[in-house]
Amino acid sequence: MVEFALPKNSKVQPGKVWPKPDGKNLREFKVYRWNPEDGKNPQVDSYMLDMDNCGPMVLDALIKIKNEQDATLTFRRSCREGVCGSCAMNIDGTNSLACLKSCAEVKGPVRVYPLPHLAVVKDLVPDLTHFYAQHRSIEPWLKTTTAEPPAEWRQSHEDRAKLDGLYECILCACCSTSCPSYWWNGERYLGPAVLLQAYRWLIDSRDEATGERLDNLEDPFRLYRCHTIMNCTKACPKGLNPAKAIAEIKKMMVERRV
Amino acid sequence: MAETKPTARPLSPHLQIYRPMLTMMMSIIHRLTGVALALGMVLLVWWLSAAAMSDDYFNLVQELFGSWFGKLVMLGFSWALIHHALGGLRHLIWDTGRGFELKTVELMARANLAGSFSLTILLWIVGYGART
Repeated sequence: MVEFALPKNSKVQPGKVWPKPDGKNLREFKVYRWNPEDGKNPQVDSYMLDMDNCGPMVLDALIKIKNEQDATLTFRRSCREGVCGSCAMNIDGTNSLACLKSCAEVKGPVRVYPLPHLAVVKDLVPDLTHFYAQHRSIEPWLKTTTAEPPAEWRQSHEDRAKLDGLYECILCACCSTSCPSYWWNGERYLGPAVLLQAYRWLIDSRDEATGERLDNLEDPFRLYRCHTIMNCTKACPKGLNPAKAIAEIKKMMVERRV
Repeated sequence: MAETKPTARPLSPHLQIYRPMLTMMMSIIHRLTGVALALGMVLLVWWLSAAAMSDDYFNLVQELFGSWFGKLVMLGFSWALIHHALGGLRHLIWDTGRGFELKTVELMARANLAGSFSLTILLWIVGYGART
């Protein structure tokens, strides 16, 4: 349901202003904090960093804060180069990977929040259980009925090229959690990331369950809550186009009826 | 050690923190103009049924629509109609799977806005011109 305001326990309060370090090129980072153990509402803490002494990306800054100022700051990160999708968060009002977002791109204080409209586990770590369950629901694997070939399932170069722009998705959830439709109907609407994955299997020439897959999406909520708002494509840190993939699914739905 | 009670997890901020972008705003404006048009239709039905009722009643409704406030509502209604129709064209293009490149999306949004404002002004100039 559309619920514009945050629930009472989620309203964000002003937080702690951490002491300034030495240095000339100081930059402010305003970071969302929530500790499940202190019973308080979420708050936004302010940290200052000397940018002459810090890596260029927002992830570098967060790691520096954690190492040097506040060891309790909690966030996910792993590859630090846009391959794993762990450090997806809302930076300066849009979703992106902290490791690919340069601090220099941001004007004024760098505001860092968890991915929008999700349950917060701690600080910048959201609960993605439902997102992963939705991904599972589209059965993201090759489904065939014909006898297995002796070697691999073969595919022409042209058919393989159809997967470009789809297989690169790292399931970071930047797109899905940027989508207002997913905010309001995330329980039932699959969201851009999962639908892009659904299209990846629909368009795969080797897959033999296309009809069954389309049946599974033929639903007022699962697919058709997409209203081409375009936040997803704007947010994707890998430069993919979930909005277009969804449009292609809608087209397939029409085409199989005529 | 005392067991800590699990606290209900807060919902992360969404609308409150997301950067308002043109395409996102155009989507909500499309929805709002759609709602406005549905309400505007009530006015149209009122006007038509007044014409079917009596001269006096029709003149009264005409006068209301012709007042400064009535004209303001009409201005809004005509803009909403044109804006929503142009937005519908954008959606029609998208339904064919075209126009999804970010540059095109941005361009179409701007064209939609520019088109709706200029066509509304043109419509009113032509409308007033035709009256005299």
